[in-house]
Amino acid sequence: MRIGDFRASYAQDEALWPTRVQQSCLVALAVALLMLPLGVNGYVVGLACMVGIHCIAAAGLNIMTGYTGLISLGHAAFMGVGCYAAAWAAQRGVPTLLTLLWAGGLAALLGIVVGLPSLRIKGLYLAVATLAMQFLLVYVFREWDSVTGGVRGVNVPNAHILGFELLNDQRMYYLILPVAALMLVGARNLFRTRVGRAFIAIRDKDISAEVLGIDLLHYKLASFALGSFYAGVAGALLGYFYRAMTPEYFTLQLSIFYLAAIIVGGLGSMLGTILGAVFMTLVPEILRAIVALVAQWAPRATEVLSPMQQLVFGLLIMGFLVFEPHGLLEIWRRLRRSFHLWPFRS
Amino acid sequence: MNTGFDWVALAEYSAIGLLSGGLLALVALGFVLIYKGTGVINFAMGEFMMLGAYFFYTANVMWKLPTVVALPLTLVAVALVAALIERVLLRPLSGQPVISVLMATIGLASALHGGVDALWGGNNYEMPALLPRKPLTPGDILIPGQLFWSFVLAAFVIAAFTLYFRYSKTGIAMRAAASDPMTAYVLGIDVRRTQALTWMFAGVVGAVAGIVVASMTSLSPALGGAALGVLAVIILGGLDSIAGAIVAGLIVGLIESLTAAYLGGKVRDIVPYATVLIILLIRPYGLFGTRQIERL
Repeated sequence: MRIGDFRASYAQDEALWPTRVQQSCLVALAVALLMLPLGVNGYVVGLACMVGIHCIAAAGLNIMTGYTGLISLGHAAFMGVGCYAAAWAAQRGVPTLLTLLWAGGLAALLGIVVGLPSLRIKGLYLAVATLAMQFLLVYVFREWDSVTGGVRGVNVPNAHILGFELLNDQRMYYLILPVAALMLVGARNLFRTRVGRAFIAIRDKDISAEVLGIDLLHYKLASFALGSFYAGVAGALLGYFYRAMTPEYFTLQLSIFYLAAIIVGGLGSMLGTILGAVFMTLVPEILRAIVALVAQWAPRATEVLSPMQQLVFGLLIMGFLVFEPHGLLEIWRRLRRSFHLWPFRS
Repeated sequence: MNTGFDWVALAEYSAIGLLSGGLLALVALGFVLIYKGTGVINFAMGEFMMLGAYFFYTANVMWKLPTVVALPLTLVAVALVAALIERVLLRPLSGQPVISVLMATIGLASALHGGVDALWGGNNYEMPALLPRKPLTPGDILIPGQLFWSFVLAAFVIAAFTLYFRYSKTGIAMRAAASDPMTAYVLGIDVRRTQALTWMFAGVVGAVAGIVVASMTSLSPALGGAALGVLAVIILGGLDSIAGAIVAGLIVGLIESLTAAYLGGKVRDIVPYATVLIILLIRPYGLFGTRQIERL
């Protein structure tokens, strides 16, 4: 049983990961993640890439919805903006890292435009405004043939890092992993700064926050821009990963997927984001495995895969909201607490 | 310009738009009922439409029940599903922040949509026509018969509900519970029951709209999609007024018909959303909504 977590200096108090145990766990995790492609097959590496991309996108949505309380139903569309921006730039030979920044930047700019009404509207109105944006952007993706390739979609050239071509999933993994790590740590760090604290204050009660001297206009737009930036980068990575994209990918269903991810994981927490992203990436895979198993007896089973996913996502959102509103994170904390307190019960 | 503007065509498109707005107004009524009665925005309204249409198809076409039996059976079934949803999902969440309840209904929409798609398959089904097809021709305009009668039906249902809320004892209790649940509770109104009833009514309204829409076009999981557009426009009129809902429904119908005629069918689907975004930028609390005053 661990007795307490005593902090004797400011440096300790301000540390991102205060305890020795946390630090060594992180190092072990980092090593394991770096070694991962060496030990497993291509399928798992591809899955790990998707987890990374989902983590980035879900982190963006969590910054907006979980930390700042701005609900967005248009997250997938912002990923689409990032993806198409990346395709456009990559086809013109822009270096990959610059492309990521450009994709994120463009999405952030658009986020500011969409965020503008959020200054005066909130809650339901904001949800509907972002919903409207979702449909409008997908319409643009479909119709703006010269840039997005219309319904046929767009091809994204292979990513290059320092003249090194990222031909396969293994190599993409080593692009996605550091980017995801950087952005997640960045987000975690953000909430120890003035900006991040302002976001949380706005979520808890925006009028109180304003009374305390937080410029709502400034910070709500910042939150929108930041969340959209994350979505844009995730979209760009998605484009590089799949090498081709159609507008059908960025539908409302994907926005709901990310909403489900942050609810299932835990609103307002980066660890929760990661848990949610991992969980929600695995759910469709597990469903696919079950369907493949059932398909041996009932060949029609493969047809219901997509609706089954929708059904399960919906049930997960409802189930977690009713029974475990703080998500997987709370389950994880409970587990950890009982482990720490053993042999006593919490 | 010697070829003058075709005013007859415009009149025809407008009439068709307004008439098809009747059913949308019915959907809008479903949103308003639930919002007024329980303070919840039900993103799953389109899924109620879908559920109604699929239940009716199952009863009428697959089990070959006559329409007079199948229709009440369907409405009762949808009402029961709605009551179950209220009991299992919304009641435990009452008192939670708006954002959680909102997301719960989004999850509900996703689950119902996926469930229907998985059970009945994504195919298009042909529904039997319920309403007379004979077109009407007032003046030079030609109006499809089904459209006209669907409007009459919608108007009748809306009128019936309005009268019910105004004069029946349960209706008055529901209005009391909607305007101030705490006082209503103290006065001996069973608020839980009225809230369950609200959901059941909304389910029935949605089911009626869904069945009629499906009988005029065809039955597929895409059926409920129009409801989100209605929701988008309804918040402009204000979510808490039935009159606003009717106006919103008619506006959506009119705009959709006119844009489909003059700008093409692809634009039609996004027009409600574009309208909403523009209006929200200019008048954030909707066209008729009152500016909320918040205090700490």
